[in-house]
Amino acid sequence: MLLLWSVLPLIVTLWFSLRRYNLMNPSRTGFDGLGNYRYLLSDPGLGLAVWNTVLLLGSVLVITISLGTLIAILLDQEFYGRGFARVLMLAPFFVMPTVSALLWKNMMMHPDNGFLAFLMRSVGLQPIDWFAVAPLTSIIIIVSWEWLPFAVLTLLTAIQSLDAERKEAARMDGAGPIAMFRYIVWPHLGRAVAATTMIETIFILGIFAEIYVTSSGGPGFASTNLSFLIYRYVLMEYDIGGAAVAGLLAIVLANVLAFFLLRSFARNLDT
Amino acid sequence: MITPSTSRKLLLTLLGWSVALVIAFPVIWMVLTSLKSETEAISRVPHLFTHVSLNNYVAVQEQAKYLRFAWNSVVVSFGSTLLALLLGIPAAYAMAFMPTRRTRGTLLWMLSTKMMPSVGVLVPVYLLFRDTGLLDTRTGLLLVDALGILPVVIWMLYTFFKEVPREVLEAGRMDGAGPLREVYNLLLPLSMPGIVSTSLLAVILTWNEAFWSLTLTTSRAAPLTAFIASFSSPEGLFYAKLSAASTMAIAPILVLGWASQKQLVRGLTFGAVK
Repeated sequence: MLLLWSVLPLIVTLWFSLRRYNLMNPSRTGFDGLGNYRYLLSDPGLGLAVWNTVLLLGSVLVITISLGTLIAILLDQEFYGRGFARVLMLAPFFVMPTVSALLWKNMMMHPDNGFLAFLMRSVGLQPIDWFAVAPLTSIIIIVSWEWLPFAVLTLLTAIQSLDAERKEAARMDGAGPIAMFRYIVWPHLGRAVAATTMIETIFILGIFAEIYVTSSGGPGFASTNLSFLIYRYVLMEYDIGGAAVAGLLAIVLANVLAFFLLRSFARNLDT
Repeated sequence: MITPSTSRKLLLTLLGWSVALVIAFPVIWMVLTSLKSETEAISRVPHLFTHVSLNNYVAVQEQAKYLRFAWNSVVVSFGSTLLALLLGIPAAYAMAFMPTRRTRGTLLWMLSTKMMPSVGVLVPVYLLFRDTGLLDTRTGLLLVDALGILPVVIWMLYTFFKEVPREVLEAGRMDGAGPLREVYNLLLPLSMPGIVSTSLLAVILTWNEAFWSLTLTTSRAAPLTAFIASFSSPEGLFYAKLSAASTMAIAPILVLGWASQKQLVRGLTFGAVK
C-alpha cells in the first residue's frame, strides 16, 4: 500500500514523459514516444541546469562543513556569553527561504543601497551588481548562509559528545592542538559530517524559492537549477511532457546521490 | 591581574562574538530597517537611528492584509503537523515495538523518498490538484505539507519511542491494556518530551516550506512564504515595509527554534547525532 502510494506518482510522471501534453494546447495530444526526451536533451538550458544543481550542492557542502567545523570548535571553548552567541548564530536557519533571499538581494547585495555596496564604497572599491555579474555565486552565498548554522549545531553536538577522558589521554601523550584535531576530533566527527551531508543534500537538491525570488534563474540560464527548470516548463510554458522528463532526470540524479549517502548512513545506524 | 588563561578567554570571547554577529548581521539589519522610514531604508549611506517608529508594521497590516496570510500559515503548519502526528504515531509505534524483518528497510526507504526533490512530483501533484479543485486551498497545501514531513516525523518518533523501556508496555499489556490504551495511557505520556520536540520541528519546517506554497497557491490560500515572495516584483519594493513583514513572519519561528535547538539536531539528522 505504502509502496503503491510512493510509486504511483512516479509512474504517472513516466507516462506523461512519453506523451504530447501541453496545457495551453489541448488539441495536441497523443503518444510521442521519446519525442519529449529528444526535445529536452536538445534544450541548451538542461545541461547547464544539471551542472548548476551539482555546483550549488558541492559548493554549499564544502563551505558549510569546513566553516562549520571551525566555528563548532570555537563554540566548544569556554568564553563569556557563549550560550547567547550560539543562539545568535543559529538565527539564519529559522528564517524562511523567501525572506532570506529577499533580504540578501535587496538589503545586502543591492548595487546601490545594499550593505555590501556600502562596505565596498567605504574602502574605495567599486560596488558590484551581484546578481548580474555572479548570479550562481550569489545564490551559493545565500544558501550557505542559511545552512551554516545547521552544520555548526550538528558538529558542535558531536564534538561535545566526545569524552573528556580521551582528550585528556591524548593531551598527556603530548598531542598538540593540530594533532588532537587530526587524530581525535575529526574521526569522531565522521558520523556528524555524514549526517550533515545527507540532510543538506536532501534540501539543497530541491532549492527553489531562493532562485524564484532573486534571479528567476537568469540571466539566461546562468542560475537555473533542475528544480527551477522544471517549474519553468510546468507553470510558465505549461509543457507537462517536457517537465515530466526533467522531473525524471531530477529523480535519477537524486537517486544516484542517495544511493551512496544512504549506504554510509545505514552503516552508521547499526553502530 | 590578567593571567594568560583569562586573556585567552577574553580573546575567545571577542572572536566568538564577532563571528556570531557577522552571521546574524543580515537578520539584525533587517529588524533595524523595519523601524526606519522608507527613504532612510534605501539611502546609500546606512543610517542607524534617526527616528524609530512602528509605522511600517501598521502599514503592512493595513495595506497588505498581513494577518490573513499569517492565519493561512498557522492553519497549514499546525494542521499538517497534527495530521502527520496522527499518522506517524501509530506507524512509529509499530516500528519501534513490533519490528519485523523489513522495518529497517522501510525506515531507510522512507528516508530515501525525502531525497527526491519535490519538483520531481510537481507535475502529477499539480494536475491532481487542478482536477480535484485543491489548487489554492489551505486543505490542499496542508495535505501536501503533511505528507512531506511525515518521514521526518516517523523517524524522529521512532528514535524517541525506542528509548521507552519495553517492559513498561509489556506490564501494561499484562494488566489487560489493548493497543490503543497502551499507546494512549503509557507510551504517549512517557515520550511526551519527544513528541513535543517532534511537533516543534514539524511546525518549523512546514512554516518555512516554500516550494509547494509558491507553486500550489496564488492568493486565497497563500501562506507567509508566498506573501513575502510577492514583494520581489519591482513595483512592490518598499524595503522598510518588506523588513517589517519579514520580521513578523520569522519572529514566531525564531522563538520556537531557539527553544528547541537541543532536539533539533537529533530530529534533523534522524537520530544519527544526539
